Amino acid sequence: MSASTTTAAGTLSGPRSAGQRGLGATRRRRQALVAWGFALPFVIVFAIFMLFPIVGSFAMSFTDFTARDIASPFAVNFVGLQQFFTLFTDTRFLTSLGVTGVFVLVGIPVTMIVALALALALNSGRGRIVAFFRVGFYAPVVTSIVAISVVWRYILQPEGLLNSALAVVGIDGPNWLNDPAFALPSLIMMAVWRNVGTLMVIFLAGLQAVPEDVNEAATMDGASPWRRLISVTLPLLRPTLLLGAVLISVGYLQFFEEAFVMTKGGPLDSTLSVAFYTYQQFGFGEYGLASAASYVLFLAIALISLLQFRLLRSKD
Amino acid sequence: MTTSTAAPAAATAQPRVPRRRRRTRGGGRALTYTVLAVGLGLWLIPFVWMVLGSVKTQGEILRRPPTWWPESPTGDNFAAWFGPLDFGHFFVNSVVVAVVTVLGNMVFCSMVGYALAKMEFPGKKTLFGLVMVTLMVPGVVTFVPLFVMVSKLGLVNTFPGLILPFLTAPIGVFLMRQFMLGIPDPLLEAARLDGAGEWRIFTRIVMPLCGPPLATLGILTFLSSWNNFLWPLVAAQTEEMYTLPVALSLYSTGQNATDYGLLLAGSVLVITPILLLFVFLQRWFIRGVATTGLK
Repeated sequence: MSASTTTAAGTLSGPRSAGQRGLGATRRRRQALVAWGFALPFVIVFAIFMLFPIVGSFAMSFTDFTARDIASPFAVNFVGLQQFFTLFTDTRFLTSLGVTGVFVLVGIPVTMIVALALALALNSGRGRIVAFFRVGFYAPVVTSIVAISVVWRYILQPEGLLNSALAVVGIDGPNWLNDPAFALPSLIMMAVWRNVGTLMVIFLAGLQAVPEDVNEAATMDGASPWRRLISVTLPLLRPTLLLGAVLISVGYLQFFEEAFVMTKGGPLDSTLSVAFYTYQQFGFGEYGLASAASYVLFLAIALISLLQFRLLRSKD
Repeated sequence: MTTSTAAPAAATAQPRVPRRRRRTRGGGRALTYTVLAVGLGLWLIPFVWMVLGSVKTQGEILRRPPTWWPESPTGDNFAAWFGPLDFGHFFVNSVVVAVVTVLGNMVFCSMVGYALAKMEFPGKKTLFGLVMVTLMVPGVVTFVPLFVMVSKLGLVNTFPGLILPFLTAPIGVFLMRQFMLGIPDPLLEAARLDGAGEWRIFTRIVMPLCGPPLATLGILTFLSSWNNFLWPLVAAQTEEMYTLPVALSLYSTGQNATDYGLLLAGSVLVITPILLLFVFLQRWFIRGVATTGLK
């Protein structure tokens, strides 16, 4: 479209000029200035509050920066990889890697399966009733974790609502949040509850893009509903499923807020995540160590995103 | 409340079956809805339990086993928030932070989005590349230097300190740019030929077309600002500057840690505004998730 107008104007000199339509050099320079003017407010805030801290954190992870150095940030010592060495010899950091790993490896499949089941159930229906269910299942996503944590702690008390309900069917429930064996599963349960809505909506959007005639053809060929799900719907949905997996794993790797408001990383560090470890080191004033830990997390997130996108591409 | 709505839904599903069975999968659909209704009832129990607990007396809250329905409903817990605990002040703080953050994001992200979508300038690719890379950076990475910097600037415990780090977001730039790419060039070119400047084109032609992405951006930003917790917790250091989640979190770890009636009432107050907003604007909320999720 723009190529034809460019040719008409007689200034087609290469693919780069396609969008510029015969702008003279001065006009082009003027437009560049105007464009940077439009970008300026964003660029200033972005540079100061995003780029600078990202670079700063990277730099700090190679220094012995502590809370006392805030007064003179440039007087700190370069210590090379010392902070990273300290990290990987700290058993608490290794514990936090394990805790985050369990949270991610258990949390992601459970969240995805529940969300997919809801999306499939809602996709078969129409109209207001679907909107009603969608709103209901999505509601936990929009609520403040602090407010939600209050009621969940109340529900999970040794003699709280959950254990009273379990007692009715003859099960003696544990002390969920104070038992090292049950604290992490409790937080996973809560995270699933808070995140299913997001994936449900994404999966529903994906399901609505699956062409109906493919499923109809499979029905004509006598495929059972289960067979259609496994052989038709899920393969067509794979890009959406993988995107959902990336989104949710990036979120779950940063697992922090649930632990912060529910258990403070305890009992016995059984819910100490990497992000929580980082926050603790920040609290102790060990800024260099905290930065190093945050970059380990960043690296893990970047690697997993890359890996999942690679998987997404190679199978298509 | 929810269990009571779930039960009649299950009951009325029964007589409807014969009528529906004329269509082939009606019976299956009724079963699906019944299961969904029961599931939703269980799903929403935390909210119901929160509301019920917020009107119970301290004595009833502590009773074991717990009572389901409040025996003698009381408004004392809410009265405490509106009286000595100064809920109104925290509420105003939360609103100020959220509204300024939303407006900042709408204006700044649209402006840079317009430049990235519709203009040519040196550094354009680098700028967009940087925005995309930072989408992946977890918040915990910027947290420490951000705090050091905000302390150096003397902004701890001020509104600018609470707001500035969130005044623009890479996701907002991405959202606005993607939408503006779809605005046809001839429309802007015609205005340019008529002698309109870029600012005029941006405010009179581009922005009026940008309703959908602005709604999405506004809702997502408001939501994350309203629920934001960790940054205000370290950046707001006196009661004067607390936002709602910070106030609630500090009360729930302090001397009131076991006063569940009071804390549940606080929770109700924190989530009610956002839940109301969500119910009224649910179409936009959900569209926002679907578009940003499927970027």
